[in-house]
Amino acid sequence: MKTESVLEKVLASGQMAVTSECGPPRGSVPDKIIEKANLLKGYVDAINVTDNQTAMVRMSSWSSCIFIKQMGLNPILQMVTRDRNRLAMQSDILGAYAHGINTMLCLSGDHPKFGDHPMAAGVYDLDSIQLVRMVKDMRDEGKFQGGADIVNPPKMFIGAAANPFADPFELRVARLAKKVKAGVDFIQTQCIYNVDKFEKWMEGVRERGLHKQVYILAGITPMKSVGMAKYMKNKVPGMDVPDEVVKRMSSVPKEKQAEEGIKIALETIERLKGVEGVNGFHIMAIEWEEKVPEMVERAGLLPRPQV
Amino acid sequence: MITAERKPLSELVECVRPYGRILLLGCNECVTVCAAGGRKEVGLLASSLKMAFSKDGKNLDIKEITLERQCDPEYVEELAPHMGEAEAVLSMACGCGVQEVARRFMDKPVFPAVNTKFMGASERQGIWSERCAGCGDCVLGITGGICPIARCSKQLMNGPCGGSSGGKCEVDAEMDCAWQLIWDRLKALGLEKRYEENMPAKDWRPGRGAGPRKIIREDLAR
Repeated sequence: MKTESVLEKVLASGQMAVTSECGPPRGSVPDKIIEKANLLKGYVDAINVTDNQTAMVRMSSWSSCIFIKQMGLNPILQMVTRDRNRLAMQSDILGAYAHGINTMLCLSGDHPKFGDHPMAAGVYDLDSIQLVRMVKDMRDEGKFQGGADIVNPPKMFIGAAANPFADPFELRVARLAKKVKAGVDFIQTQCIYNVDKFEKWMEGVRERGLHKQVYILAGITPMKSVGMAKYMKNKVPGMDVPDEVVKRMSSVPKEKQAEEGIKIALETIERLKGVEGVNGFHIMAIEWEEKVPEMVERAGLLPRPQV
Repeated sequence: MITAERKPLSELVECVRPYGRILLLGCNECVTVCAAGGRKEVGLLASSLKMAFSKDGKNLDIKEITLERQCDPEYVEELAPHMGEAEAVLSMACGCGVQEVARRFMDKPVFPAVNTKFMGASERQGIWSERCAGCGDCVLGITGGICPIARCSKQLMNGPCGGSSGGKCEVDAEMDCAWQLIWDRLKALGLEKRYEENMPAKDWRPGRGAGPRKIIREDLAR
């Protein structure tokens, strides 16, 4: 075991892991994060805490993580390279680890253009792959990126994202291989609606034996309505929502669409349980966290293992 | 070349409003090529400014001079005989040229007439796009001749990100994804394997990371 991370223990035990996420509030409102995390208690192994997602200012990921940690739950510190340089990121990692946070997710982050501060400078001192490498060297070599020794190096279980649906598709397995080479321990994928394409990507992953080197958690986001399906299809970059899914959502009356969205998500989970190399699920119910417990239960993923 | 775009006339009118006699400077280098501040643009701007002021009944005396290179002290010196009469200078050169004039003539107000944009190339008539970020440590030899720092919106050294779609960048549907271009070119060169070599964290010191830069060529500077 590389770390004390509960997520690492669950994955190492060979059982399907379940993670979900909490978006911190747009204000100094700790109750909000506590309320959201409480909904997930007992239903997931770890909770991603987003870092200024969609480039909108929110309470910081690490401070929200501390609240979740104090509840006895397991936060995953998300960190984007958009907002901080390597000094700031390393100091935040030291601080987070000092508070017992031992799992993180390394991302480049949405471009500032998409948020509420489009006039801000994007930092991008590092990219996500270089961030993975930096965190790994901090952990395994006990070295800062600049080369100096760290007193009590932070032992982070290191995650990253993968989007099998972005272009060029032929590079998507290769880019995962680069993250593996950089030292990533687990992957959470983009939301999966095009299951055929995801399975094709997994085939490529297995062909190269990458599934033996990294844990892969399949990204699941239930759709609330046909409107959301259309929005995801047309407006969200890198999202692949097949026409059949939109059609299926629109084939049921409005008041039943939420349930249809959940059903689609559960069917996807069921199908992916049988795919070699899928080690768990990352359920992102965007502003719909209250549905996660029901989904985990209906997906047959309860009880969560005690490790 | 260094590209530039002329500032709006209204802004320039406000810059020179306090003065009766100005020197309007062009540059025969990059800003001529990108049609922002060459001799032709100097003439056009002079007419526009005169017209704008004549509406208010004011006569603006403009002396037009286009230097061979405004970023070069040797050429900037040519302005010395004309400086006495001028109350202010409006320069259509890039930021380098504006600063060279300001450095040489300490007591003259100098205003930029263009916004200096980027180091770029001409795509076709009337279209220029950014190509180089001046990072001081060129990686084009390993990225297939396409710069990820200047041309990827997130300057990813190990792209493409999850927002690359149909060869375009998520930031703007009209913008090419630099990493798609890099990949296409590596494939054309039969160098696909190179993609999987991780590019390490960049040392930004050769760029702006160590403050303003200077090149000293001992053999020439003696």
